[in-house]
Amino acid sequence: MSLLVTNVRLLDPAQKLDAKGALLVVDGRVAAIGPDAASHPQAAGAEKVDGQGALLTPGFIDLHVHFREPGQTRKESIETGGRAAVAGGFTAVCAMANTKPVNDNVAITELMLDRAKKADLARYFPLGAVTKEFKGEELADYGTLKAAGCVAFSDDGLPVMNSAIMRRALEYTKWLDVPIVAHEEDKDLAGKGYMHEGHVSAKLGCLGIPAAAEEAMVARDIVLAEHTGGHLHLAHISTAGSLRMIREAKQRGLKVTTEVTPHHFALSDKELMRFDSDFKMNPPLRSEADIQAILEALGDGTIDAIATDHAPHGWDDKECELPIAAFGVIGLETAFPLALELLVNKKVISLEKAVSLLTWEPAKVFHLDRQGLGSLKVGAPADFTLIDLAAKVKVDREFIQSKSYNTPFKGWELPGKTVGTWVSGKRVWG
Amino acid sequence: MSPERYVFPHKHLLGIEPLEPRDITALLDQARAFEEVCERPDIKIVPALRKKLVVNLFFENSTRTRNSFEIAQKRLSAEIINFDADTSSLAKGETLVDTAMNLEAMRPDLIVMRHSAPGAHALLSRHMKASIVNAGDGAHEHPTQALLDAYTLRKKFGKLDGLKVAIVGDIRHSRVVRSNMWLLTKMGAKVTLVGPPTLVPQDLKATWPSIEISHDFDAVLPEQDAIMMLRAQFERGTGAYIPGQGEYSRFFQLNPSRMKRAKKDVAVMHPGPINRGLEITSDVADGPNSLVLDQVTNGVPVRMAVMFLLCHPHGELVP
Repeated sequence: MSLLVTNVRLLDPAQKLDAKGALLVVDGRVAAIGPDAASHPQAAGAEKVDGQGALLTPGFIDLHVHFREPGQTRKESIETGGRAAVAGGFTAVCAMANTKPVNDNVAITELMLDRAKKADLARYFPLGAVTKEFKGEELADYGTLKAAGCVAFSDDGLPVMNSAIMRRALEYTKWLDVPIVAHEEDKDLAGKGYMHEGHVSAKLGCLGIPAAAEEAMVARDIVLAEHTGGHLHLAHISTAGSLRMIREAKQRGLKVTTEVTPHHFALSDKELMRFDSDFKMNPPLRSEADIQAILEALGDGTIDAIATDHAPHGWDDKECELPIAAFGVIGLETAFPLALELLVNKKVISLEKAVSLLTWEPAKVFHLDRQGLGSLKVGAPADFTLIDLAAKVKVDREFIQSKSYNTPFKGWELPGKTVGTWVSGKRVWG
Repeated sequence: MSPERYVFPHKHLLGIEPLEPRDITALLDQARAFEEVCERPDIKIVPALRKKLVVNLFFENSTRTRNSFEIAQKRLSAEIINFDADTSSLAKGETLVDTAMNLEAMRPDLIVMRHSAPGAHALLSRHMKASIVNAGDGAHEHPTQALLDAYTLRKKFGKLDGLKVAIVGDIRHSRVVRSNMWLLTKMGAKVTLVGPPTLVPQDLKATWPSIEISHDFDAVLPEQDAIMMLRAQFERGTGAYIPGQGEYSRFFQLNPSRMKRAKKDVAVMHPGPINRGLEITSDVADGPNSLVLDQVTNGVPVRMAVMFLLCHPHGELVP
């Protein structure tokens, strides 16, 4: 079984490759890549795909999705989430543990992996819980869960408020070489807030979540990461203050990594002026100054990954009063188009850097690079994405593959259409 | 009808924010016409909303606002349905959207709603055709309160432009303040917010750049034409924002010794309900400067004006 994709612009940041050429896949792995790949001996007789000048990149890797299975498959399933992923050019997703029940034991992990195998779309990497039942009290069985397939650990959505538990988690996981992923939010400072605390919340009379709720926990966990030497991955960072501390921690050589979401660099809290719950998520949309800080941090290496925090919710969960509407937005289908339009076309970062933040850099954070993911080096799994940079997509119900439609980008027209997505050389989209 | 004739341009009254100064003036002028009705010795009723179905939807406890609306509706001859959150399908877990869609199915003309969630009225308006009056949505807006406050001030001083008004207390959690800031700044009054830093967010200046914020009541008191005291809401866990009642009263209570620093004809106002002895002492609340009961009286014609102009934007039925 071989496949030859010709007439493409190859962009693989890990190999510093940006050239016109072809990709040759044999038995699901990269056999040749580059200007001369089409003349490789095994190219003869391969199934041919004409890329028509489109961009070919390693498949995108999302460190942060919620696929709601088991427990809330009315919102999303591993299959429907997988379809949203490949539609957005993602070939690997890392799924949060806040399912019902939570992923704190091997039975749940195995169920997830089994469903993902049946769906046969994007690669699915589960995160395990940091504490049993997300209660913040007892450490989960990290070694056992890692052996079952978990790539990182997080009580996402429920921050580990007990500093001693967080310390032990970071300390214990060192010998397993897996990151602890932290949703940073001091629950007392956040209170019952449901949007960013600032002049918009003051105007609307809405309860705010101050930037300090995130920053206080980022500060604590950087201290604990330094103290223990554990790997701290900071999920969906949203404030300028957090990024300042992360930049400094990295400069000091601490094992601290981070991600930002497209909605946090695309939208500010001003969107809440109409009380539209499509703009309600946690962490909340922050101020314009925070967006500027994120854009800077994307350029200077402070940020390791663009992750979606794809969080599907049903119409009922969202079409209600703002204080009680569910937190979260979907993001897989719109992530690359937003990065292309708002980061690359606006000259914040290069196309190569944007692709790197969606492929090689996230692969390294969760050590997926050790499985050859995140780059199309010869011998690596042939997970790749073909994108027409000029073709526009319109965000409507038909475009969105997720079971849910809680996107804040309804009606947006963006460049960057996913023409096709392949996992192990098998076409899963387009 | 001459082409210049004013037509009330809003379908709903969700807040003061969307109103132009001339809309505010039109509402206050209309209220003055209705005040004459309310002060009649005999029959205080006009047929202005005859055959109109008005639904009062109160999801939060309210006695005075609801009574005021209901009296206003009766004086306008409206048909009234009271939807009580405690006994309704809400207690059975019905959502606001379902409530809205079910009411809409019965074709009401006007909805008056109070709700604890900021923006709840925007949600309601997406599912209903009826005009909606916001009778308070969380800490967001309470437009009829601001209108009756403005009516009361205009009646005493003859104008709003140039008036100095201090609002004292829990600014952070107050919808009355937000509606008043919109209204008073639109009409040219000078607003000073007074309270401890935990209750007065500096962030408000981004939206209302002309307001002043002070933590020193005594310092700003002498120059004010009016003082609006807010209820110190200790029952809502305000204790986490301020140390205690004694300390609060010491710095922010309106009492006879503070009144000596105020202008002789200063207007003392309070949206109620009053915590006597806490934010204001009884001798001040009931004293010669107090307009507290005038506010209550004026609430009826102001609410009549709001409901009337929403249903009859051309105002033909002016009595």
